[in-house]
Amino acid sequence: MKLSIREVEHVALLARLALSEEEKERFRAQLSSILDYADRINQLDTTAVEPTYHVLPLQNVSRPDQRGTTLTQEEVLQNAPDRDGSYFKVPRIL
Amino acid sequence: MEIYDLTAHELADLLRRGEMTSAEVTGAIFKRIHDVDPDVQAYVTLTEDQAYETARKVDGERGQGRSLPYLAGVPAGLKDVLCTRGIRTTCSSRMLEHFIPPYNATVVSKLAAAGAVFTGKLNMDEFAMGSSTENSAFFPTRNPWDLGCVPGGSSGGPAAAVAAGEAPYALGTDTGGSIRQPASLCGIVGLKPTYGLVSRYGLVAFASSLDQVGPMTKDVRDCALVLNLIAGHDPLDSTSAPIPVPDYTSFLTGEINGLRIGIPREFFGDGLDAGVSEVVKASLDKLAELGAIIEECSFPHAEYALPCYYLIAPAEASSNLARYDGVHYGYRATPDDGGEYDLMDMYLNTRSQGFGPEVKRRIMLGTYVLSSGYYDAYYLKALKLRTLIRDDFSRLFDQFDIIVSPTSPTPPFRLGERSNDPLSMYLSDVYTIPVNLAGIPAISVPCGFTGGLPVGLQLMGPVFSEGTLLRIAYAFEQNTPHHRARPSLEGSGSAAPGTRRVPSSTSGLTPGLKECGVHERGGGGGAVRQEGGCVHE
Repeated sequence: MKLSIREVEHVALLARLALSEEEKERFRAQLSSILDYADRINQLDTTAVEPTYHVLPLQNVSRPDQRGTTLTQEEVLQNAPDRDGSYFKVPRIL
Repeated sequence: MEIYDLTAHELADLLRRGEMTSAEVTGAIFKRIHDVDPDVQAYVTLTEDQAYETARKVDGERGQGRSLPYLAGVPAGLKDVLCTRGIRTTCSSRMLEHFIPPYNATVVSKLAAAGAVFTGKLNMDEFAMGSSTENSAFFPTRNPWDLGCVPGGSSGGPAAAVAAGEAPYALGTDTGGSIRQPASLCGIVGLKPTYGLVSRYGLVAFASSLDQVGPMTKDVRDCALVLNLIAGHDPLDSTSAPIPVPDYTSFLTGEINGLRIGIPREFFGDGLDAGVSEVVKASLDKLAELGAIIEECSFPHAEYALPCYYLIAPAEASSNLARYDGVHYGYRATPDDGGEYDLMDMYLNTRSQGFGPEVKRRIMLGTYVLSSGYYDAYYLKALKLRTLIRDDFSRLFDQFDIIVSPTSPTPPFRLGERSNDPLSMYLSDVYTIPVNLAGIPAISVPCGFTGGLPVGLQLMGPVFSEGTLLRIAYAFEQNTPHHRARPSLEGSGSAAPGTRRVPSSTSGLTPGLKECGVHERGGGGGAVRQEGGCVHE
């Protein structure tokens, strides 16, 4: 299961990671070897098996739509890398 | 015997008898921290002032004759993955190096309400990804039994701190073995509760269907006491189980006659260190001696657990770590030349600079297996495998009360030994990982030494069987000397491998500390001698 450099670049972009050429090659080799190892799961026939999405049989956990304690606006903004009053400031999109 | 060698319950008794104040106990722990942490490097952040403030408050309340929770005034450490209001919480990552949460994790609030005195935040593998604490973005933590060895991971900081007397107990977290494996490598007790027993609110998420918070302690009684404090339904965590919680100390009877123990042969095969195997087999003999009925069994899908985990956990991580984008909190990259990034470049640079290599590796692996074209072959397939693994356990638990294995396939390895080969690092978790996939509870208890280094025994039980696990762990512990062993760590800057033995008020061992000389690592293990002399053979 060899990943190509292009596949590594594609995945990195999806994950919003920028990699150096050296990192791309290193991750390509490491991810290929991990996926090779993981490939053994395809030895098993699981056509009749249901997937496990959750280990606890909980469903539709909800509560009444009532207001409880909340964070203040100041608490929410206190870790902002950049802010303008009550706004989080972000770089331009285009 | 030193204050920092005592268990939490021994300290609680001292405080309740008025023999010491919490401020004095806190002082003794911080002295120990200042003496040995330059070598062990367990702590990322110390909260000394706040600790004394809490200690004095508890002392004041006790002085007024108020009835206090049992562990009130006893110091405790917290893995740096748990949000602490007003106190830096880094996950040992540059991404959160300066992050100060505006709220407490539920488990933190619960311990605070019980009068816990927090010593500080403990080192870990970055974002809980790792088995050695070498992936911390700041520094590696060292094993107090041999400073050239790893303490395990990802809760290496908590494990080392408890083993070294730098915290009477700590909270760790476990996604694939991250409480149990470091507990095993550091010679302490570590419990991963049933998924849903302990709230994950305020636990920085790695893999939401696998993560759990649990106690890391010097003995089983402490483990039960701490579990009492943190277990229970939390309306703030929609994955927390709405079930009542027993008093876990009621299970510490010392009686295990007739309990049925299964030993899966797949957990005693290739890859298991000979020294570890010998110590674990001697422990099984001890359990049989205590009346347990031990039988070999099979765990047919054992070899698929690790690949299954390394598809599911990174997939969940890739989703959970998408929030680290430099927008609302955490690190944000800015260009060196003082200009401005556009949004995409800000994302790319923030995440590339903020995350370490193992985190990036797992994010990419997870992104890949969830991506269109690969989802069915990898992620969905892994979820089906997860069902097969849960079913293997269910079948075994029809026949047995618990399943037992070594916790770690090897003794603590040396710093740097595996850090260049991710797959060999992943293999450290081969016995612990199936437990998280099934959502069942498991505990690691110290069961001896090989080549001077600790070995842990893992007990696994059906969902919500923490009582049974504690019962068997307690009986084993009380009939062996290992929970009284302490590393020889003098804070001189070069701890030679060695062990001290502390007296127990109940066990009848001859009191006295014995310093062991330097021992060679590797080679056979052997039973630990009772008292006096040296704990190695």
